[in-house]
Amino acid sequence: MTTTPQQKTPGKPATPVRTASGRQGAARSDSRIFGGVSNTVLAIWAIIVIAPIIWVFLSSFKNTEEIFNSPWTLPGSLRFDNWARAWSKAHVGRYFLNSVLVVSLSTFGTMLLGSMAAYVLARYKFIGNRPIYYMFVSGLAFPVFLALVPLFFVVKNLGLLNTYQGLILVYIAYSLPFTVFFMHSFFKTLPNAVAEAAMIDGAGHAKLFFRVMLPMAKPGLVSIGIFNILGQWAQYLLPVVLLSSAKDKWVLTQGIADISVNAGYEADWSGLFAALSIAILPMILMYALLQRQIQAGLTAGAVK
Amino acid sequence: MRQGKYLFVYSFLLAPVALYATFVIAPYVQAFYISLTSWRGFTAPKYIGFENYQRLLHDEHFWKAVRHHIVLLIALPIVTIGIALFFAFLLNVGGGSQGGVRKGVWGSKFYRVVFFFPQVLAVSVIAVMFQVVYRPNSSGLINGVLMKLGLDPVYFLSNPDLALWSILAVMVWQAVGFYVVLFSAGMASVPADIYEAAELDGATRMTLFFKVTLPLLWDTIQVAWVYLGIAAFDAFALVSVLSVGNNGGPDWNTTVIGVEIYQNMQQNKYGYASAMGVALFFLTITFAALTLRVSKRETIEM
Repeated sequence: MTTTPQQKTPGKPATPVRTASGRQGAARSDSRIFGGVSNTVLAIWAIIVIAPIIWVFLSSFKNTEEIFNSPWTLPGSLRFDNWARAWSKAHVGRYFLNSVLVVSLSTFGTMLLGSMAAYVLARYKFIGNRPIYYMFVSGLAFPVFLALVPLFFVVKNLGLLNTYQGLILVYIAYSLPFTVFFMHSFFKTLPNAVAEAAMIDGAGHAKLFFRVMLPMAKPGLVSIGIFNILGQWAQYLLPVVLLSSAKDKWVLTQGIADISVNAGYEADWSGLFAALSIAILPMILMYALLQRQIQAGLTAGAVK
Repeated sequence: MRQGKYLFVYSFLLAPVALYATFVIAPYVQAFYISLTSWRGFTAPKYIGFENYQRLLHDEHFWKAVRHHIVLLIALPIVTIGIALFFAFLLNVGGGSQGGVRKGVWGSKFYRVVFFFPQVLAVSVIAVMFQVVYRPNSSGLINGVLMKLGLDPVYFLSNPDLALWSILAVMVWQAVGFYVVLFSAGMASVPADIYEAAELDGATRMTLFFKVTLPLLWDTIQVAWVYLGIAAFDAFALVSVLSVGNNGGPDWNTTVIGVEIYQNMQQNKYGYASAMGVALFFLTITFAALTLRVSKRETIEM
């Protein structure tokens, strides 16, 4: 603190130093109050964020009577049968595994096709390069709702309505714009020297991509991979439209929404809380393990 | 070798381009044509010019939806960015300076991790969670507490004056953490000596915030505004799960265009649903263009 003014005004160091330190002394107690107030404000928001989630977990072990009469107490006992009922009878297990199946295949497909397209668009000169790149990137500007009606019929006419394949292909297609945009800028920055060396060693174009360039792009692949996994896992509109009459293939997001509608008719509130907990728990675990990568991946688009 | 190159390029592009053209480009292009037709899905679409759009002008539900988007468009960014900026400032520079380095308040890492978490949850899961949080009887999180205190329950989702704001609150709840992280990244890149110099000149925390942090973060705030604006044009999952009666709320008091499009699709009114899609597209584009226009400023060199 004291060195800066001296550097900036080497001629008269004494006066600014004194004012600075004097102000700092007065500011210290002010700083403590300010720190206390801001900690309180931040703690309140933390509670607002955490409280509903904890409450859902607590309620998932209660019975209906406890849910209505003592909403804010601990459950009388750990009723794991609520979870078992949600998992099997309310089909949450089925929905969960469907989501895992669909998202793992669609994210893999997105990463593979997206980085293939981004790679050739970023590093090869050919006629049509720019138009194809802009075609991909323009997809970022259009709301999915605009395409919804025709998309439904495209999928229907291909015989892919109410199938996993249809949903997976649509997920991949709609994830391509951002994936291509992101990986394109990533491949642009990779050094030419390595690519040239590999070519001299006799590597073909495809081998160069899979053995050299793709491993070098790993940080970018991790970010965009997390972005796609979370985005496709959270997708609600597309499965609701494209899987509507195949209940055995429903993904978790639409399944949970359906359970919440039916919970009212069946009066199985504890089952609903258990279903919610099953949907939230894996995300907490994943977030605990990969918190930094997830933050980096999700903000990747905005920071660039 | 040259021929090998072209073969390679086209073989790599074939699958992604084919997939993208089939499922993304073709539907977008068709949507504009279908919006000019009357189409129930069984026979071929019948061209009717701008009739769907004329109907749209007199569709009360559509205009309610547009009004809701405008409310969200104004309130969501202001509230979210306001809260997030404030928190990010506290977390990064609120703790005063120590040895010349500006510090965040104690526990700032913990807060950042917690605040961000809702971003990881699927919106429909959050919607279902808040449906139970908002429940109108003693089994709801908020009303359970209110009724224990002897107060009247608040009808968050069935009171027409309150329903849209209740949904907005959920959007803010989820979004704040994301923008705290985003703004924190921006604040971290502001060189420490700028703060130092300002403080030496006697700047208070208020001045620091408004005269130093805010102008230097302007680009990031602009990005945030566009993102939140686009989110304000969606809200489909939240509204379709949270609204009472499955129809966009009490007397369509929370409906949004996405829900209207979906409802019309369910009734096989494909031409009309597409016209709404086109309208939504132009609303979104207009918003994005206006934001970038209005908020354009000289970038401050750092």
